[in-house]
Amino acid sequence: MSSASEQSHPFHMVKPSKWPFVGAVGALVMACGGIYYMSEGSLVGFFAGLAIVLYTMFGWWKDVIAEGNNGVDHTETVRHGLRIGMVLFIVSEVMFFFAFFWAYFGASIPMLSRATTGIWPPEGIVPLETWDLPFLNTLILLTSGATVTYAHHAIQKGDHKRCATGLLLTVILGVIFTTTQAYEYAHATFTFDQDIYTSTFYLATGFHGFHVIVGTIFLAVCYFRTLKGHFTPEQHIGFEAAAWYWHFVDVVWLFLFVSVYWWGSFGYEG
Amino acid sequence: MSNEAATHDHHADHKPPFFQRWFCSTNHKDIGTLYLAISMIAALVGGLMSWYIRLELAEPGIQFLDVENNGFQFYNVLVTAHGFIMVFFVVMPALIGGFGNWFVPLMIGAPDMAFPRMNNISFWLLVAGFILLLLSAVIGDGPGTGWTVYPPLSNSDFHPGPSVDFGILSLHVAGASSILGAINLIVTIFNMRAPGMTIHRMPLFVWSILITAFLLLLALPVLAGALTMLLTDRNFGTHFFDAGAGGDPVLWQHLFWFFGHPEVYIIILPAFGIISQVISTFSKKPIFGYLGMAYAMSAIGVVGFVVWAHHMFTVGFDVDTRAYFTVATMVIAVPTGIKIFSWLATMWGGSIKMEVPMLYALAFIFLFVVGGVTGITLANASADLVFHDTYFVVAHFHYVMAIAAILGMFCGFYYWIGKMCGNQYPRGLAKLQFWVFFIGVNVLFFPQHFSGLAGMPRRIPDYPDAYSGWNYVSSVGALITAVGTLLFFVVLWMTLRSKETVAANQWGEGATTLEWTVPSPAPFHTHEELPDMTGKAPAE
Repeated sequence: MSSASEQSHPFHMVKPSKWPFVGAVGALVMACGGIYYMSEGSLVGFFAGLAIVLYTMFGWWKDVIAEGNNGVDHTETVRHGLRIGMVLFIVSEVMFFFAFFWAYFGASIPMLSRATTGIWPPEGIVPLETWDLPFLNTLILLTSGATVTYAHHAIQKGDHKRCATGLLLTVILGVIFTTTQAYEYAHATFTFDQDIYTSTFYLATGFHGFHVIVGTIFLAVCYFRTLKGHFTPEQHIGFEAAAWYWHFVDVVWLFLFVSVYWWGSFGYEG
Repeated sequence: MSNEAATHDHHADHKPPFFQRWFCSTNHKDIGTLYLAISMIAALVGGLMSWYIRLELAEPGIQFLDVENNGFQFYNVLVTAHGFIMVFFVVMPALIGGFGNWFVPLMIGAPDMAFPRMNNISFWLLVAGFILLLLSAVIGDGPGTGWTVYPPLSNSDFHPGPSVDFGILSLHVAGASSILGAINLIVTIFNMRAPGMTIHRMPLFVWSILITAFLLLLALPVLAGALTMLLTDRNFGTHFFDAGAGGDPVLWQHLFWFFGHPEVYIIILPAFGIISQVISTFSKKPIFGYLGMAYAMSAIGVVGFVVWAHHMFTVGFDVDTRAYFTVATMVIAVPTGIKIFSWLATMWGGSIKMEVPMLYALAFIFLFVVGGVTGITLANASADLVFHDTYFVVAHFHYVMAIAAILGMFCGFYYWIGKMCGNQYPRGLAKLQFWVFFIGVNVLFFPQHFSGLAGMPRRIPDYPDAYSGWNYVSSVGALITAVGTLLFFVVLWMTLRSKETVAANQWGEGATTLEWTVPSPAPFHTHEELPDMTGKAPAE
């Protein structure tokens, strides 16, 4: 790798890498395997593709972490670019959820709904008790937002120990959230394929749950990187990205809680 | 790494070995070249499909379709695949992936893109998406849904089998590719401009790519969400678009067009950018109203997000909704008019050189005005009820987003091919190619206005004898266009083989942007010393 002293600009000239090609092959295999599963029922191809994708993620990010730690490649300018990139990625995720909320409000607001009879939740649906587990989960996620901020403040002061504690707490809270959500799914009285209520409910909360899992893994990686001393008060892009992502997941949940769980059960008369 | 290799790294033109260079690339120019290559391959596939459609439509009655053997479905599959391929695998890869990759870093004085590895996965995901799309067309009965994939036609009752699922995942993968590409372009433009290259000094092509990238970033995830719902409706028993269980097929149309309308600006804005560079260069004048041009594109981008329902006037909106979407749609004519008149004003009093790129730019203005005028016609909700799903609409959108965009691509090709490969294109043959193609597309699409006004419906392989005249003319136009397309590949081949090389700035003093300051062909690495633009005039 040519050292920074030979380079007159602050940008990162990345070496050729096999990961993009391998990852795209993985995506192709995963897509074909997924379609095979949906029509024939075997998941082998899907998991083979998923394995390639995960292998790519592992190898690619390993390279990125090595570049971040070598003290040369990730200049302040490059870090600035990475921050903008993460913000833009989160913006695209927001627009992804935008589609699901559109489906939800389109079905539930009587003025917009073309097919329901103005009753939401539709007849026969017993919604989850808002102030029971969903509210508990809200508190858990909000608390995790606080612990991750605690960790952020700690790393800005160079306090690795407290940062690790904060991250560990956040990861644990994330796992509890996901577990509670799984419990709730298992005990709900309605299923994914019942009607428009259940479809929007499970797809919106399910995709959110998937994002929680991704965010939890992201934070867990940051936890181990903190233990290894990868982060400094000036340079902790990986941590910042994970924290922003976590806050995004948090905010999506608040919207889900208010509109799907709370407002969405107003019409239920027991 | 050995010392010897390290010394080689200094050399701006040192290239990695074949597999590394083309499969593991982190170089914006090589990736741009790959994008241009896949675009040309896809153009041949998508072009052949439209060629078959035009042959079938040359006369009333069924010519080639095997009606006994699901031939009408095959016709619908051709229409669908042609649309998908042209939009996602020809125009977008060439304009955004190809020229965007090649020239955004060169024009802003950056040594490469912000995330070179991510740049490469954008490309390879596009290849994966293309393979999935081809699989969708050949497996089972194929997707006969049209590129809009409306349910209930696209649900599992009417399209059982995996074809539509392949189409959905193809768009998912191609969409991921575009979102990553958009992030890359935005970060490059925000973070890697050379010193003094302020936002208000960027060439208009860079502006156009910046705005396009934002549209991609905001519009494509909405399509991804809609596709996900369609996928679960088809395979996991959900009811998003199923009116029988509280769902709503019109929801799909809303979500699709909330993506689909910005998508047409995604296609045309980069062409706007190229045309601005070319008109300024060959009029030997800075572009008229530079800031107005930049913010006109921004306005098109913003307003483009709030007009989507003009694609669905026939679903039964109330009169207020129709009035709103009619007016909002017409508002777009204002920034578009700013662009057209600023191009004309740029040429006014300029020292105009009719090089091939300039011919394409002028033709672009003509085609875009024709398509824009029919667009205003179609924007009227009450009139659109009659025009809807006729060949008038087909003519309209082919003028604006098909042939105008393709002419924008040719324009960029002739403008920049010298910079990309270092050789001069054969001038005479290129001019001939221009005229053949330009006449061809007009003979092909202009008569479709007439058959459309007479009531000829889209996506139907047969028609009453009354429509035969203009359909025949249109098919003759397709023949001329096909000749023009083949001529282009001859021009390409001759350019690559040509012994006549071009200077670093082959266009002379009219070409003021930074890509003309580096040698032709542009070395493997450029702008390793960042150019200083402090105090310089806007690039355009």
